[in-house]
Amino acid sequence: MENSSDYILKVSNLSVTLQNQKILDNVNFKVEKGTTLAVLGPNGAGKTVLFKTLLNLVPYEGKIEWEGKVKIGYVPQNIAVGDIPISVKEFLSFRDGTDVASCLDAVRLEGKDVSDKRLGILSGGQLRRVLIAWALVDNPNVLLFDEPTTGVDIGGEEPILVMLNELKKSKKMTILLITHDVHIVNEYSDHLLALNRCVTFFGESKEIMNPTVQRTLYGETVCVGAPQR
Amino acid sequence: MIGVAAGASAGYLGSLMVLKKMALVGDAFSHVALPGLALGLLFHFPIFIGAFAALFVSAIIIWYLGRVTKLSYESIVGATFTLALAIGILMIPDRFDLLESLFGDITNVTLLDTVAAVIISIVAILLTKMIYKKLVLGMISEDLAISKGISVSKTDLLYLLLVSLVVATGIKIVGTLLVGFLVAVPAASAKNISSNLLKYSMMSSAFGAISVSSGVLLSNYLNVQSGPMVVVSGITVFAVTVALRLKTK
Repeated sequence: MENSSDYILKVSNLSVTLQNQKILDNVNFKVEKGTTLAVLGPNGAGKTVLFKTLLNLVPYEGKIEWEGKVKIGYVPQNIAVGDIPISVKEFLSFRDGTDVASCLDAVRLEGKDVSDKRLGILSGGQLRRVLIAWALVDNPNVLLFDEPTTGVDIGGEEPILVMLNELKKSKKMTILLITHDVHIVNEYSDHLLALNRCVTFFGESKEIMNPTVQRTLYGETVCVGAPQR
Repeated sequence: MIGVAAGASAGYLGSLMVLKKMALVGDAFSHVALPGLALGLLFHFPIFIGAFAALFVSAIIIWYLGRVTKLSYESIVGATFTLALAIGILMIPDRFDLLESLFGDITNVTLLDTVAAVIISIVAILLTKMIYKKLVLGMISEDLAISKGISVSKTDLLYLLLVSLVVATGIKIVGTLLVGFLVAVPAASAKNISSNLLKYSMMSSAFGAISVSSGVLLSNYLNVQSGPMVVVSGITVFAVTVALRLKTK
């Protein structure tokens, strides 16, 4: 039986209009505590806007109900580091009193080697981990993660996802992540919310392997394994 | 003393201006002070007050137009600074006053000017230090900054107002045409050789102070105007940092 205290987030009739364009239309979904929700959709579907709405960064209509005491950590898809001469240690020390070494340990980055490096010279994978560390500074119980593997080499994706899963279990976090990757949806999430300005699918993630669901989302079946001989 | 204070504060605030890619804005922005400066000369009140008033009003207008139109500060300042310069030049009747306004004259500085400049510079540095990290975070990701409860627009406005203060202070030494140098070049020099934000901001401030103090000393020795010599000193520092950067590559 459904218990309302099982849910950390309930979104009802959410609509967002920006610059006279409807970006999200009547979106409804719930997120159970301690689970991972994957948000999938084509470019322009409103995924990032959904996250910004959950963070109260854009105006919206409808209801967003977070359970009681919620602390949200946010990892954006892109940041503009460029040639800003800021070290990893300075970035993580944005909040005074931050234990930088612990933050880096939590994301499996060697403290000494990385903390004095400039953000701008980190590899894609290292930067992603530093951003996760930054999001974890305030000990959030919810993590919003926009495209976990953007800018990460193919070999570096899996370790980040495995690390995320372990953090979720050890810190009892709820994770919402935006992804284009069917493999991530299938392997690393519990539920799937597919968006294309409105909700096109909401259910268990393993359903993404169902050809009928894939045709609904993509218009055709998506191949994820080796072709059968 | 006034030179060290003005140079240090301009260098420190300029470190953020360079990161925000607003270095040329700083240069153009200083020209906006000229009509206010002209009013001070015409109606015999301290030119610093006239310059600051013009910069203050302009900063608010630029900030507001930037938020509303989403145009870059560069575009907005670019549209207005030549007009301000032309109006200021037309308003200043005396050629000598005009030259002093455009190029500065540190020999005309009074004790009151010095005390005021030192106090303003210290206040500007302290206030900027309080919002430094917030401004940098806003540059890295406005969404991250807002999600941490930072009001990016209010922080930007406070920063522009502090720049107005510092630019108005620097005008006395190097004039409206060259004060943009103080908020751009010391920071650019520091950026060549800094590996972290603390070193970068401290070096920007130090290079600003060094540029002004050495430039003024040289101008006294060579009996030439202070403004241009400050620029020559500062560019020499810049050239050294470029050489150091190339050497470490």
